[in-house]
Amino acid sequence: MNHWVIAPILLPLAAAIVLLLLGIGRRRVQRGLGLASVIGQVALALGLLAYADGGELLVYRLGDWPTPFGIVLVLDRLSALMLAVTACIALFSLWYALQGTDERGRNFHALFQFQLAGLNGAFLTGDVFNLFVFFELLLIASYALLLHGGGAERLRNGIHYVVFNLVASALFLVGVAMLYASLGTLNMADMARAVAELPPERSDMAHAGGLVLLVVFGAKAAVLPLYFWLPSAYRSATAPVAALFSVMTKVGAYAILRLFTLVFGPDAGPTGSIAEPWILGVALATLAAGTLGLLASRDVRTLIAYSVVISVGMLLGGIGLFSVEGIRAGVYYLAQSTLVLAGLFLLADLIARQRHVLGDRLESGTALERRGLLGILFLAGAVAVVGLPPLSGFVGKALLLQAAVDLEAVRWVWPVVLVSSALSLVAFSRAGSVLFWKSGGRAPERETPALAPGLWVPCACLLAFAALFIIAAAPALEYADATARQLLDPSVYVRAVLETANVSR
Amino acid sequence: MSMELLLASAIGVIAASGIYLLLRARTFPVVLGLTLLSYAVNLLLFASGGLTLSGAPILEPTKTSYTDPLPQALVLTAIVIGFAMTAFVLVLALRARQELGVDHVDGRRDKPRENAGGES
Repeated sequence: MNHWVIAPILLPLAAAIVLLLLGIGRRRVQRGLGLASVIGQVALALGLLAYADGGELLVYRLGDWPTPFGIVLVLDRLSALMLAVTACIALFSLWYALQGTDERGRNFHALFQFQLAGLNGAFLTGDVFNLFVFFELLLIASYALLLHGGGAERLRNGIHYVVFNLVASALFLVGVAMLYASLGTLNMADMARAVAELPPERSDMAHAGGLVLLVVFGAKAAVLPLYFWLPSAYRSATAPVAALFSVMTKVGAYAILRLFTLVFGPDAGPTGSIAEPWILGVALATLAAGTLGLLASRDVRTLIAYSVVISVGMLLGGIGLFSVEGIRAGVYYLAQSTLVLAGLFLLADLIARQRHVLGDRLESGTALERRGLLGILFLAGAVAVVGLPPLSGFVGKALLLQAAVDLEAVRWVWPVVLVSSALSLVAFSRAGSVLFWKSGGRAPERETPALAPGLWVPCACLLAFAALFIIAAAPALEYADATARQLLDPSVYVRAVLETANVSR
Repeated sequence: MSMELLLASAIGVIAASGIYLLLRARTFPVVLGLTLLSYAVNLLLFASGGLTLSGAPILEPTKTSYTDPLPQALVLTAIVIGFAMTAFVLVLALRARQELGVDHVDGRRDKPRENAGGES
């Protein structure tokens, strides 16, 4: 067996435990260990990405239990891509946090590593109950990270976030129980087999259980009726945490993509394609609602939080088409938008740091130091998020429009996506002109701290992915295309997982 | 049949009580509601393997009746996680009460109490 598959979970977990044992105070050791672990994860993720691109699935049986009985970790193209995106965001947001944000509360580094262990585990696991456990791991770390820095507003929004997610977790277990009662297994590959063999008269419970899980993952991904927790939670988190959180909604989207292509895919007999009638409609409604929120935002962080909602709507729109072209668009959009949005969260903090009382509110204030640099970064991020030509958002949106062109859904997809893009452009232009052009009349009231390279370089690196995804568009699209084909052919996954059961070492 | 009916109605009543408490505006009932909801979910999870009386969970040569051991393991995991989460929410609620000076879930103060001038 190839033991590298479990390394992205073990490395942050081990680092987190050592960080907890180290206790508080040894700042340099803690920072060094956290950074080393994240750099190790980037290397691991890139290695696994290169391996997964070969097209072979890596199945890792924990404890070497035979497959339907034990838990398996499965690495395919989609999970490798999610690991890589997570590791890149973790690297740059940790780099940003090292400039002082990590000292605003205790145990920042340990929690950060626990969060990464949960994220990596959720992307790798091939078992629904294990997915629940990793969700809880990443959530409990995120509860504490959200509160990092303290303050009344964080506490108030933290309670909403925690209670909402606990209810979603309870619902997750309800779905798991219903699926286990009807299928008798929780291993995803085995579930796919069991669903196909389910007699029609017993399929109702599996059907209901699958849709309960769709609601749960929709809540994590922040789709339309369930996204109201997101703007206030992301708004109140400290910048590096908000940047890392931009992956968290994508965990929900990932789980939707995984479960509803693998288990409830088109070949699943009577319960096949149960999510198809829902996902596209919900995605477009989310897109519309997110755009309205964007227009109503009064500060930069809310603006970016609603962009997260919009990006979830966009990528679920791609997934909801359930075609190679649609999923390809969704996967490409997911990777680039997550990285760019993380960069924008850091940028919002850079702006807020300089404006004292005004913070990141969209009101004209004093001139910003290094206005040209920040302005260019904001422009790049806005262009990428809105989807204007030179940067990667454009390709993502164009792919989605192209994927829908021959389908009946084109009547809905085109107007919603195009109008939403136009209105996003209005919102971002307004924000940019207020922050960079209308500001500067007054002299700064207080000395602003100098803009250290350690602050703007990570932000610029994350935003540079928008350019990278254009320069390397051909390999990125090939990868996204291969991912979509792999997802839409679940029989390979099922065979890879179930057949390893019979191979004794 | 009666056992199924009893368990199903127990789960239903507990879940309904939990949801009712969850919708209250104070943090303490909300925490209680979450706890009740997780009890209901644990019972549901336990029942997902089917209800068998005095069956053995592991293979024994003398036994003929077996019960599914997996839901028991799942419930155990869910209980442990639920326990940790409840502890966290309680600490969070106490902290919020301390910092916001009020136990409303939105951190809002009640109008009448403010008029009475009871709190700073």
